[in-house]
Amino acid sequence: MNALPLILTVFVACAVEAVEALTIVLASGLTREWRSTFQGTGAALVALAVITAAIGPAISFLPLTALRLVVGALLAIFGLQWLRKAVLRATGFKSLHDEASAYLREVTAAKEAAVTSRRGVGDWYAFTLSFKGVLLEGLEVVFIVITFGDNQGNIGAAVIGAAAAVVVVAAAGVAVKAPLTRVPENWMKFAVGVMLTSFGTFWGAEGAGVAWPGDDAALLVLVPVVALVAAAYIVWLRRRQAVVSAASARSGASEVVSS
Amino acid sequence: MKHVKAFGAFACDFVIGDDWRVALLVVAGLIVTALLAHAGGIPAWWVLPVVAFAALGWSVHRATASRGNRR
Repeated sequence: MNALPLILTVFVACAVEAVEALTIVLASGLTREWRSTFQGTGAALVALAVITAAIGPAISFLPLTALRLVVGALLAIFGLQWLRKAVLRATGFKSLHDEASAYLREVTAAKEAAVTSRRGVGDWYAFTLSFKGVLLEGLEVVFIVITFGDNQGNIGAAVIGAAAAVVVVAAAGVAVKAPLTRVPENWMKFAVGVMLTSFGTFWGAEGAGVAWPGDDAALLVLVPVVALVAAAYIVWLRRRQAVVSAASARSGASEVVSS
Repeated sequence: MKHVKAFGAFACDFVIGDDWRVALLVVAGLIVTALLAHAGGIPAWWVLPVVAFAALGWSVHRATASRGNRR
């Protein structure tokens, strides 16, 4: 596989996570205190580096077939969950992930919390808020980088994609000093869900002993097919919603007439 | 012990997410794929995509069937 599709896939996936982490860091820094926020962010980055250093080499010792089976299964499950959320959000059955409202929720909670100093940290709330946010979103980035990079035998390209995403999102955050509300997050998640599901299905089946027709070229068919099926579910749910709404409107009107 | 349980719950939620049935179907799909590929020598590349599409459709159907109206 060419390195460019790998870099782009990892870039988009990691950009989504970076936007969510940025929202939390901004909420903490702007409403509480920047020093403790940066301490929390730094501690989370150190924790992520330790986790990556521990997991990365361990994974590379696994035989490729076993690795593809396990990683493929995990990616397919992970990707289908992303697609499920994206489909439900696109059809209105689940509220859209709104960075502006997420930011407001964090800001409100941060303003109400008392300031306490602990273990050399001026504001423990700001520290833990940024630590948790960066660690949780960062874990997803690490998971994506290790699984994609190791499976393609190109960890370097995956790291480039992830690092570029973090740098671009952080630079945008510094420039606007506000959560990135204009990022079409649901459609990015849809795209990432499609890629994770496609690669997970491909690698998982390979690990189970399957030979794909056309080898790696099968991905060129699998990715658009997954996207089309997920899009078809969106159309199906929207139509079903429209039918239900029309039926309830008709029954409401008939109740008015009969009364 | 408390921390181990908390980590287990986090790891489970992190990987499996909102609908554990999707994860179960994917694992079942992989087992069927392996059985077909190794035992029968039947081309089995189509099994996992079909299972993935069915799992997604079933999951979104389950999530929306009980709710007539949008949130």
